[in-house]
Amino acid sequence: MRIQLIKKTNPKGITNLTIPIVSFALALLFNALLLIIFGINPIQAYTVMLKGSLGSPYALSETLVKAIPLMLTGLGVSIAFHMHFWNIGAEGQLAMGGIAAAFAALFLQDSIAPALMLPTMIILGIIAGAIWGLIPAILKSSLGVNEILTTLMMNYIAILTVEYLYLGPWRDPQGYGFPGTAKFPEYAWLPAITGRIHYGLIFALIGAVLLWLILKFTKLGYEIRLIGENPKAARYSGINIGRNIVIVMLLSGGLAGIAGMAEVAGISRRLYTGLTVGYGYTAIIVAWLANLNPWGVLIVSFLMGALLIGGDQLQVAMQTPAAVAQILQGAILFFMLGGSIFNRYKLMIISGKQKEKTEAEHE
Amino acid sequence: MNEAFFISILVITIRAGASLLYATFGAIITERSGIQNLGVEGIMIASAAVSFAAAFHFGSAWIGVGAAILTGVLLGLILALLTITLRAEQVVSGLAITIFGSGLASFMGQRLGPGSTTMVGLQGPSFQRIPIPYLIEIPYIGPSLFNQDLLIYILYLIIPIIWFYFYKTRKGLELRAVGENPQAVDALGINVTRLRFTYTIIGAVFMSIAGAHLSLGYLQGWADNITGGRGWIAIALVIFSTWNPLRAVLGAILFGGINAIQFRMQAAGTTLPSSFLNMLPYLATILVLIFITWTEKFRKRLGTPTALGIPFVREEKR
Repeated sequence: MRIQLIKKTNPKGITNLTIPIVSFALALLFNALLLIIFGINPIQAYTVMLKGSLGSPYALSETLVKAIPLMLTGLGVSIAFHMHFWNIGAEGQLAMGGIAAAFAALFLQDSIAPALMLPTMIILGIIAGAIWGLIPAILKSSLGVNEILTTLMMNYIAILTVEYLYLGPWRDPQGYGFPGTAKFPEYAWLPAITGRIHYGLIFALIGAVLLWLILKFTKLGYEIRLIGENPKAARYSGINIGRNIVIVMLLSGGLAGIAGMAEVAGISRRLYTGLTVGYGYTAIIVAWLANLNPWGVLIVSFLMGALLIGGDQLQVAMQTPAAVAQILQGAILFFMLGGSIFNRYKLMIISGKQKEKTEAEHE
Repeated sequence: MNEAFFISILVITIRAGASLLYATFGAIITERSGIQNLGVEGIMIASAAVSFAAAFHFGSAWIGVGAAILTGVLLGLILALLTITLRAEQVVSGLAITIFGSGLASFMGQRLGPGSTTMVGLQGPSFQRIPIPYLIEIPYIGPSLFNQDLLIYILYLIIPIIWFYFYKTRKGLELRAVGENPQAVDALGINVTRLRFTYTIIGAVFMSIAGAHLSLGYLQGWADNITGGRGWIAIALVIFSTWNPLRAVLGAILFGGINAIQFRMQAAGTTLPSSFLNMLPYLATILVLIFITWTEKFRKRLGTPTALGIPFVREEKR
């Protein structure tokens, strides 16, 4: 008798939630073990996290605020991942969007009407993020330069550019040494829907609809999926892969760019160090957990937002490092990745006699 | 340029380059076997934290290295289980290791100081520089190459050993073959899965020593984000080296040199803002990648192992 993996005949069409839910549960257990090793009571810790992120209207709203940049960057990352273009540069693309929006809010006050300020910031944010995504796309499509490394290196460059600006030439002269730019004028604030939840949420919903439409109904969407599934077949059927990479990365970077715009205009209302706190990396987890589905991205972003807020609460209430949330994210991803084999293979326990039979069936 | 200044640049070049080279060797070994490990950064930073904590609490830098190796084995094992046994997507599996490792490191950095406090600013046991008699008297080379710590001297020995293993032994031939054509290796009756497991874990151990050298040798202490993308630079160096360990030495010296220049300029008080100075290694990585991809394009192939990233499935051979 032995255990064998048999390839499923219909790997598509599996939309059940078993794997994500089991993965999440196993990750909680795995993480609990780690917490015990470090002398932390996991039940107490999880209770704090749950209450702090979902337990009250205020907590829920904070979770949603955290989810907005995750939704936008998650959508951006997922469309690139669809064609196996590994954009891990959402963090940098978000930072550039934030820089561009801050530029308009700080330096174009005299040259554009207040009513046009927010639209300008949105457009500049999209453009800046898209350009930051375009560079690795061009390098990949023209020369074949590894995009994982270029997108990642460009994160560091973007983050250091933000730092240079708010510590250097853009620093608030009246800020008493506060490391950040001056506050934006009020007409450059992204309005709130309710509480601290700002219009970035609407951008995310529009983005999800847009991506869904593109993937489902357009030629571009069809080509993206084909390239992701079988690049060779895509090339033979005459699809221009390079052109698709460029278009997809403009979209992907643009979405992250709006996330950056929404963060500076909706939350901090200035450019400072709190802009780049790792949303772009969490976006990778969001995209993968959502199985690259736009609606899934919205839901998973909310859950990951809850995890991050829960981590912050852990720090406040139990003086336990908020990094627990990140460890947990990594663990969830481990189990999701491991579990994904059951999407493609069936686990079969085969005895000696049965073996020949099943093999005959699968020939 | 005076001699002392020049030597100080060389010393930092070697010290910064050593950690990069350990990590690059680890990545080359792993990728040669056909498995992509994008978890280098995570393995390095987790090992840097674990090794510093272990060295601090047990009072020995060697115990720190031992703890780092254990960390490397465990994280390498997770990656191997995911990518080899469960045939998971290799790019995302590596990213998962990096996210997990960075979280773990950040957690331990804030928690494993005395009385559950931060480790930032602590001084613990570390690898001190040991001058080698006679050799140190060689002008320039002596004081820069032969006045270093033990982990660096071990690395000097590893360089020829790894070259010999890769190109002159049967095991090395198997390693190179399993990344190129696992079907053929399998047909010879060699266990592909076992080979890949072994080299993924050995590779991760190299990466963990790279992390230990950061917190116990080069920087001698713990700081948040201590690796600062060095794991990713190591992956770029693999491409730069065209998977050849000797060329990796060149790459590590190049990037160690960039670090040294950055360090010296900061110390000399340049007018250039530090943010720009800190961009240097990342900009250089992109430029080097463009250059190497462009030049190697004319030689038709980059030296990428053909089966890199592709799970080996025996049943599908028809």
